[in-house]
Amino acid sequence: MGQTITEKIFSEHVGKEVHAGEIVRVNIDMIIGNDITTPISIRAFEESGAEKLARPDNFSIVMDHYIPAKDIASANQAKISREFAYKHDLKYFFDEKDMGIEHALLPEKGLVIPGDVIIGADSHTCTHGALGAFSTGMGSTDLAFGMITGGNWFKVPETIKVELTGMPGEHIYGKDIILELIRILGVDGALYKALEFTGDAIQHLGMDDRFSMCNMAIEAGAKSGIIAVDNITEAYLIEREEVNGGLRAKPKIHYSDEDANYCQVITIDVENLSPVIAYPFLPSNGKPVEQAVEDDLKIDQVMIGSCTNGRIEDLRIAAEIMKDKRVAKHTRMIVTPATQKILMQAQHEGLIDILIEAGAVVSNPTCGACLGGYMGILGDGERCVATTNRNFVGRMGARTSEIYLANSAVAAASAIAGKIVDPRDI
Amino acid sequence: MQGKVWKFGDNIDTDLIIAARYLNTSEPSELAKHVMEDADPQFVSKMGEGDIIVAGENFGCGSSREHAPIALKAAGINAVIAPTFARIFYRNAFNMGLPIFELKEAAEINEGDVVRIDMDAGEIINVTQAKTYKFTPIPEFMQELVNAGGLIEFAKNEIKAGA
Repeated sequence: MGQTITEKIFSEHVGKEVHAGEIVRVNIDMIIGNDITTPISIRAFEESGAEKLARPDNFSIVMDHYIPAKDIASANQAKISREFAYKHDLKYFFDEKDMGIEHALLPEKGLVIPGDVIIGADSHTCTHGALGAFSTGMGSTDLAFGMITGGNWFKVPETIKVELTGMPGEHIYGKDIILELIRILGVDGALYKALEFTGDAIQHLGMDDRFSMCNMAIEAGAKSGIIAVDNITEAYLIEREEVNGGLRAKPKIHYSDEDANYCQVITIDVENLSPVIAYPFLPSNGKPVEQAVEDDLKIDQVMIGSCTNGRIEDLRIAAEIMKDKRVAKHTRMIVTPATQKILMQAQHEGLIDILIEAGAVVSNPTCGACLGGYMGILGDGERCVATTNRNFVGRMGARTSEIYLANSAVAAASAIAGKIVDPRDI
Repeated sequence: MQGKVWKFGDNIDTDLIIAARYLNTSEPSELAKHVMEDADPQFVSKMGEGDIIVAGENFGCGSSREHAPIALKAAGINAVIAPTFARIFYRNAFNMGLPIFELKEAAEINEGDVVRIDMDAGEIINVTQAKTYKFTPIPEFMQELVNAGGLIEFAKNEIKAGA
């Protein structure tokens, strides 16, 4: 019987052929913790009596949620991870000196490799599937189990095949494709399943689009999102290898068999897609931008950033639209590059000047505003267009605030107009 | 276990269970003060020790924060009953020792009903309505973890066996 790419990754790790539905226990190639989830893992690790990490070179902590500390409690919480990192002399500990949002930073550092099995105590860990890895979010105790034993247990997921056809039109990005898919599936339509993106449209999507698609697999309830390695992935990996002086490990490249078993196939014609706007209060409330324009939605804040859309392409798209323009009088704009490297690259390209001159405030990399932590909280009744991943009640601040999820072009164009507009009309 | 029911709708996400603005600590007693705050700001003052939450589909969707089951447990919620749970929340609840039960007929239970859960018989009894339901049994492999006393106890046994 044929296998999906996900079944092949697990088979390779188990050492025998496995299929969807089987429970397997495998070693983890990269375990990811952050400043808010790892303290619970560290407590469990220490209570277990374990003295050292089972596989220290396959473990990382990225300080990204409330760093630099937003208050005394966050500062104290950060100390727990720092002390652990120093005590265990962690090879992969990323703090303020080398900061970034985990799901942008780790691929950038060459630490995510095709064929990996990755877990992270962060639901957006599914992002890394864009590099042909199996990657999923878990809780802190599962992370601790990985720290103690080096592995964890999984039910090999069934796969939904997502066939993307056609050439994406102007201002159609990975974000629109994933919002459209979540609209079709609903927020629990892919529960326990892997989403495998295939089809001829993939060749037109760069790595930043692919990260953004796999990133939001969780918003359809999926366990993981995955895209097989192609020449675009390979070019990305070669660059990572050059920049970082090597990759963490040698890629193991798998492809789904033609007779692989899929539990569902969904086809999306990318050619005829409009930019998608997810209305409050679920990521599945996607509507074409034309509808949003008709609804005349005035906005108080625009936020470009997060593990979903805070990458260099997002800043390029925004800067191109905002050059020599000005953010509307009653609107404010926050740009949060996802890593320091992205911020520096944007500086070299002159993008930061353009954005600041247009009236945006550019922050350090952090998850802060996206999850309503700090650096851009919404007040009562305020409306925000965000390139982030969730528009739940109160997600970015007040219970009565509203978040409209969109791509970076919609966000930038809307900032100038002070209301949601179609970037293709500019 | 037996308790009074509080009802919630579909897709109760982890931001509603415990908002991220409170994640500057993982202290259970602090998190408990804000449980379900964005779903119902009065919830903490209304609920009592041992109460049971009955919700709709996909309870616990969203983030992986284990603070969510921690907050529910520390606030004194005895159990959560829903037709389906989001994947990460389901695993976290087991790992944290918060009892959760999949029940297709959850919608038939009303707010204020008294519900008893008989783990051995695999039954949920609505005392108020005098109705008995069978909850979906937990997967066999997860039962092994429960029998071991949870995931970390399971790991401890392995450390001992290896030593």
